[in-house]
Amino acid sequence: MQDLGWSGILVGILKNFLPVWISLVVLFAVSIRYKRRLGLYGKLFDSPIAMIGFALVMFWVFTAIFADLIVTHDPLAQISQMKNKLPGTVQPDGANWYLLGGDHLGRDVFSRVVEGSRIVVQIAPLATLFAFMVGISLGLPAGYYGGRLDTFLSFLANLILAFPVILLFYLLVTPEIVETGMPQYMALVLFLFPIAFLMVLVNSRYYVVPEFRTKVLLVIAVVGGYLYLSLVGEVGTKVAVLPNALDIIHVPGNILIVFVSVVFVNSPTVFRIIRGIVLDIKTRDYVSAAQTRGERPWYIMLWEILPNARGPLIVDFCLRIGYTTILLGTLGFFGLGLSPESPDWGSTINAGRKLLTIAPHPAIVPALALMSLVLGLNLLADGLREESLRD
Amino acid sequence: MLPFLLKRIFTMILTALCLTFVVFYLTNLPPNLEKLAKSEAGSRITDDEVASWLERNGYASPMILRYGEWLGVVPGWTTADADGKVVAGRCIEKGQDPATAARFCGILQGDWGFSSVFKDDVSKIIGVRLTLTGILMFWVMVTMVPVSLLIGILAGMREGSRLDRSLSTFSISTAATPEYVSGVILIAIFASSITGLKWFKGSAASAMDGITFENFFLPVLTIALYGVGQVARMTRASMAEVMTAQYIRTARLKGVSFANVVIKHALRNALIAPFTVIMLLFPWLLNGVVIVETLFSYKGFGWTLVSAAGNNDIELLLGCSVVAVFVVLVTQLISDIGYVFLNPRIRIS
Repeated sequence: MQDLGWSGILVGILKNFLPVWISLVVLFAVSIRYKRRLGLYGKLFDSPIAMIGFALVMFWVFTAIFADLIVTHDPLAQISQMKNKLPGTVQPDGANWYLLGGDHLGRDVFSRVVEGSRIVVQIAPLATLFAFMVGISLGLPAGYYGGRLDTFLSFLANLILAFPVILLFYLLVTPEIVETGMPQYMALVLFLFPIAFLMVLVNSRYYVVPEFRTKVLLVIAVVGGYLYLSLVGEVGTKVAVLPNALDIIHVPGNILIVFVSVVFVNSPTVFRIIRGIVLDIKTRDYVSAAQTRGERPWYIMLWEILPNARGPLIVDFCLRIGYTTILLGTLGFFGLGLSPESPDWGSTINAGRKLLTIAPHPAIVPALALMSLVLGLNLLADGLREESLRD
Repeated sequence: MLPFLLKRIFTMILTALCLTFVVFYLTNLPPNLEKLAKSEAGSRITDDEVASWLERNGYASPMILRYGEWLGVVPGWTTADADGKVVAGRCIEKGQDPATAARFCGILQGDWGFSSVFKDDVSKIIGVRLTLTGILMFWVMVTMVPVSLLIGILAGMREGSRLDRSLSTFSISTAATPEYVSGVILIAIFASSITGLKWFKGSAASAMDGITFENFFLPVLTIALYGVGQVARMTRASMAEVMTAQYIRTARLKGVSFANVVIKHALRNALIAPFTVIMLLFPWLLNGVVIVETLFSYKGFGWTLVSAAGNNDIELLLGCSVVAVFVVLVTQLISDIGYVFLNPRIRIS
């Protein structure tokens, strides 16, 4: 066995991503075949830009799903002879190659980037979704009712927005603050919003069928409440509600903190967007019609205004996942929150940047990965915007 | 106009007070103070000694009072010996006669405190660091604003053309690239031994003594690239909207040349939105500055903020956040006022 040249490296990488290529081809073939029946999603395949964006995003999603099949090495295993070795170097025992070289501790850069996509693809969309729930639950009433409520909530939102993001991260994610349990208390408040949102959503729609409504509400309250307590609480920390046997979701403390701070930073912007859209839509005729029919305010907000705001919201959702990815990377870059061992892209860039002028590949590979994902999301959002404007 | 301005300034002051209080609260939590006591008085002291050290140094009074002291609206703390004679206090410097010391000494009196890590006055440190960052920002603006406006105008002048497509793709890509990614890529291409180009330096540490093209180009480019993407996209959207307006068509039909239409009729109206975007970009540029200064080890304001936050340097961190919050709020105010001045359709009654 000898070291690989550039073409050998390329072939090796392409071969390892085989499950991803197969999934991408199947997904695109099926989607293009049935695009006329798939609504807005199908329209994506009319625009080349949106298709490129979607392909980039799905590439990383599939990579995260099949990460166990793709990786060539354990992302944490260190081989000391492989420190800062160039891409394509063969292992000392000759069994395998480090396709994209080794980092400063002799770990495989390729496997770490693939494994890192898992963290990003899991946290970024979920955190964005939570931020949207918070933003929608507060933005709808602020825009619809206006008055004091609006003034107060807007002031709060502007307060958070005026905070330099990095300073906020430093303040929230330092060990001293974590010790006081503050991020967990924030999670306690922020994670309540999705449950409240779902309950109000169901309640306002099925208010007239009390029997059905009560059943659904109970299910949401029990399942949501259980997940909520399991997610927020952890035995041995400040917030420990459930005993260990019942606690099904074990989020490592630092991931929870990262998650909370990203949701916290994103929600005020979502709030402002929703508020602006509501201010515009509430003057429309169908809203007046609903008001004249005597519909209740939350029904109008959630079932008349919100569905009509979906276009800009979907576009912003895509953009915001990209922004959240950047924020996660920023946290990693400053070594905040996630453990230094973690293969996420921000932390890997941070670890690699010290030797940038001598061995740039450990930092370049995750940097390109992050860039391609965010670019894909931006292109997708751009394509969606154009396609949704067309009709 | 005047009531609007007064209301805005009132909100601004309220926001500034809230934000500084939040920072004060978060940096003065018991674990932070304990760490401070241990780093000042020795790491092996007992819990009782920590408590008495905090007591002696004025950290024992309620949070809101100490915030007032720091702000300069509450008299500084003093400690007296057994006879009731004042021996030490917030406003009393070492060796100073307690009787001559001022009663108030906070931010409002210009006393920003003392950095426990750099062993110097916070105001002096921030002044020096801010100048360095100011130089960086000046060059960023000088490159970013003309380039981004030019790209935006060229792209938006004929929407959908090939020029528009390629420039738009460029601006989307740079807007999708955070500073820590573009910085890493730029260093790897232009300053590493792998490509062998070594045109520029991968560190801007020497730029603090004297700026040369070689040591300053990469950090400036890294910050500017991100801003170029944002501003160019906004300029393009605004330019494209203006170009479809009735008066542009009228001017074209009258026989005015395309270049003249763009320069004389479209530009002024198209530049309103980018102006506010550039102003609102400042808070984000502040972020970029922190990242780039850390990456290129340029010891400006951003670097100071990171090191203060990392080393539990409470007073310096508070000083940095005051400056950061001030920058954000003032740029917001300017962008609001500028928007009203530039856009004749908006009248504040």
